[in-house]
This record gives sequence, structure tokens and C-alpha cells, in this order.
Amino acid sequence: MVVGVLALQGSFNEHIAALRRLGVKGVEVRKPEQLQIYEQHESKRSLCSRLFPALRDFVKMRKPVWGTCAGLIFLADKVVGQKSGGQELIGGLDCTVHRNFFGSQLQSFEADLPVPNLASKEGGPETCRGVFIRAPAVLEAGPDVEVLAVYPVPPDSALIDQLVDSQEGEKKVIVAVKQGNLLATAFHPELTVDSRWHTFFLKMASEIEEGASNSIVTIEGSDMTLDQHQRIDLPIFQ
Amino acid sequence: MAGTGVVAVYGNGSALTEAKKSTFSVKVGLAQMLRGGVIMDVVTPEQARIAEEAGACAVMALERVPADIRAQGGVARMSDPQLIKEIKQSVTIPVMAKARIGHFVEAQILEALGIDYVDESEVLTLADEENHINKHNFRIPFVCGCRNLGEALRRIREGAAMIRTKGEAGTGNIIEAVRHVRSVMGDIRVLRNMDDDEVFTFAKKIAAPYDLVMQTKQLGRLPVVQFAAGGVATPADAALMMQLGCDGVFVGSGVFKSGDPVKRARAIVQAVTHYSDPQVLADVSCGLGEAMVGLNLTDDKVERFASRSE
Repeated sequence: MVVGVLALQGSFNEHIAALRRLGVKGVEVRKPEQLQIYEQHESKRSLCSRLFPALRDFVKMRKPVWGTCAGLIFLADKVVGQKSGGQELIGGLDCTVHRNFFGSQLQSFEADLPVPNLASKEGGPETCRGVFIRAPAVLEAGPDVEVLAVYPVPPDSALIDQLVDSQEGEKKVIVAVKQGNLLATAFHPELTVDSRWHTFFLKMASEIEEGASNSIVTIEGSDMTLDQHQRIDLPIFQ
Repeated sequence: MAGTGVVAVYGNGSALTEAKKSTFSVKVGLAQMLRGGVIMDVVTPEQARIAEEAGACAVMALERVPADIRAQGGVARMSDPQLIKEIKQSVTIPVMAKARIGHFVEAQILEALGIDYVDESEVLTLADEENHINKHNFRIPFVCGCRNLGEALRRIREGAAMIRTKGEAGTGNIIEAVRHVRSVMGDIRVLRNMDDDEVFTFAKKIAAPYDLVMQTKQLGRLPVVQFAAGGVATPADAALMMQLGCDGVFVGSGVFKSGDPVKRARAIVQAVTHYSDPQVLADVSCGLGEAMVGLNLTDDKVERFASRSE
């Protein structure tokens, strides 16, 4: 199995390293050709603007996709808290996501998240360490969306008004969801040693593969790279 | 504060009474999210929006870009917090700002503004010739400059969560940034092949903490994200720094001192994403208009910012 990791920016090296630890090959994807489902066009538009339609097709073809943090935002059908003018989305996840929900860097944090679904499928402790870096949060999830983890919002927080549904007691936001072929987390499992989210995604991908006739991710073998030396990983700070 | 188990903050009678902690991994985490990106210097909210639209992963808010600091002289200090606040309100990407080396109160003010990163910068006039800020005392993460491996590790031991090369800011001349990155990567290459017994003397030679030198040896890279900075003016410059081994690029005067900032900003962002694809680099380098004029460093009158601090 080969997993494509969108390598435009961010911690893609960390994802590839996490996959490598599990013995799975991760390939950096920067162009639609590398998804090998999009025909090559002589297009004058920027590569990015060709990449998004390719990714939307990828999602529509029910191929397994996992979005972390910014990835969650791209996959969402509805986003609030965007820059003026909004941003291009891939869509597919029936959720309303709030960008930078918790605030800027000073509000970034690590927390022990209770993850009963993950623990029952992958074993291990009942909680996992969630690293939230300027993280988004899911305010609302559609009926077909499976909620995998929630995080409580402190009662004195200014964010409380953002929450659309009224609940008794402690208010929570959703931080991990699954909908069919889509998995999305607001936090960064690749920054921790816990690889259960990655194994969860790989199992999800194999289940989908068994159902479909094509192989999961057809990625072009090499991207024409001149950069020979292997990107080495950053340490995982405990 | 003896006996409480709390690291004393700036001695007796200091303004800070509680220990400020934020896990180091959260501090480094933001830098990891910036990898593969471009951080641009902006002096107005309008420029900040241009940078965000062009795909910058963060903006550095300041009153004067390094090229103007050079041209105008005088003492360069932290920018007016009002400007920084306005820039912060105009974008949704992370905002950074500069504090003078050793000026921990400027850093406290920047932390109070709620921005995302502080750059302890040699581009501003030094506030402390001997010491840098003790960055462990802050919840806000810091990025610091370096010219060689020893300097990088000293800054990391002081608490820097991200490193950049110093280069020669405001000159549009990539030569110094290349010198610095080659020095760091070269030392790391030597270190990787070194016998473990020799690391003690190597650490002494580069005046860096032994534990960080050993960690660097084991990782084969710096233990934090390393960006390039100082003199990047064209997409080719940006891609050069990426191919030399940097995780991302700072562009200061290079964007908004050029003929067509909007186009150049987008081109540099594309160049950093597709740094090993010459076809893309060629495409984005076409028709960019004038690059910033820059300064030739053979002229002795050009002040060297990079050598101001060790």
C-alpha cells in the first residue's frame, strides 16, 4: 500500500515518518499528476488551482482521505472564521469547521483526549495525546458523521458563543470525525509517538479497498526530485 | 523564590510572579506546521493581506523592513504595538514580530499582544551585547538567527523553538545566507560521521552544549525547524536555500521592495513548494519585474548585522 501525503506545506515529513515507522511507503504529492487520476492538461492556471479539482475528484471517487488540522478545514463543506474572501475547499465532509477556534499560538496546547472508538479498534490507552496547534474545531456535524473525539471548552472562554447547539453542563467541540472514506482530526497525531491514528487510517483504507475494484492510491513512483538526500525527521518532544 | 521548585524569573522584584510554561513540543509544533512555507516581512495590514493571499504561511510584522533600517540608520527597536495589533487583525495566518536581542521586556510586550512568534533579531539594534533572552521563561515561542552550528545550538539551549540563518538582511544578496547554511549543514555532516568519543571536544570547539550536539548527531539535523533568512530576493534564491537543506524561507525586503510584490510573493511561495522542480521554477521566474536592487557586500561601508551577536 502506498499513501500519498499532500506536501505543499506543513508537517508532511512527520506524517511520512510516522508511516515509515509502520512500514508503509509515503509519497509526497505536490501536483495533480501524482494522484494519477487527473488527465494532464496544458493549463496556464497555477498548479495549485489544478490540484484542488483533482483532490475533489479523488474524494468523490470514495478514495480514503485523512485531513489533519488544515486538512480538516479543506475537507469540510462549511468553514467559518476564514480570511476575508474565504479560501478554496475540497469539501466532502458534512461538518461546519471553525478555523483557529482556540486562538493563536499562545492558546495552542497539548491535552489527553479520551478516544473510546480508537482504543476499542486499535487497543492501547483510553486517551491519546492531542497536540493542538492553532487548531480548528468542528462546531456541527451532519447525521452521517461519526464523532471520534471531543474536547471541552472552558466555561469562561470567549469561544462559548461560537457553539451552535445548546447543551446542559460542559460545552464541547468535536475534534475528530469519520464519514465514510473521510477521516479528519483537528490535532496532530504525527507529532506524537502514538501511531494508532495512522494504523486506524490504514485499516480504514484497506476496508475501502476490499470494497472497491481499483487499488487505493495510485501514486506516481518518483517525483522528479533533484534533492537526493533524505529528509530527516525532527525529534518528537515528549 | 527558593524552595518553591520554580525557576526564578529575572531575580527579585520582577514583574512576573508565576512560572510561565508551555511545553516545548507545542512551541516547536507551530514551526513544524510552517515547514515548506514562506514567511514575509510586512509593514502594513494591506501588505499582510497581500502576503496571505500569495500563500505565505506567516507574516513578520514590523515598522521598517531591513533594507530601510540600513538606509535610514538610527536605533532600530521593536515596532509600535498598535501596528502589530492591526496587522494581526487583518490576517488569519500566524503573526511574528521582532524584539531586540536581550530585550526581554520587548518580548514580554509582544507576548502580551498575543502574537504567535517572537524573532529575537540581530536586524534590530542590540539591547544586550553579552546575553540573549532566556526564552524558557516565556510561553510564546522564539525564532533566533545563527551563522553556524554552535550559535544555533546555543540559541536552542536558551529556549529557541525555531532557528533561521542570519544571512545579511536587507541586502538582497544571498551570499551570506548560503555561507551560513553551508556552515551549519557542513558541521552536521562532519558530526554525523564522527566517533562518539570525539563529540566532547567538538562541542567545546563550537561552544555548544554537549547534550544538544549529541542529539544533533543522532538526528542528523538540528533538533528544531531551520529556515533560511537574509537576502532572499528571487524564486531561485528561495529554491536554492531549500535544496541546501532548509525547511522554509523568510523573505524580508525581497518582496515589498521589488517591482511587482504581488507576483513576486506568489512566485516565491511556489518556488519553495516546488523547490526541486526546475520546470516550475522556470515558469514562476518569468516576467516578475524588477527584483530589489540590493547591496554588494564587497563594500566595507555595509554594516554586517550578522556579526553583531554570537
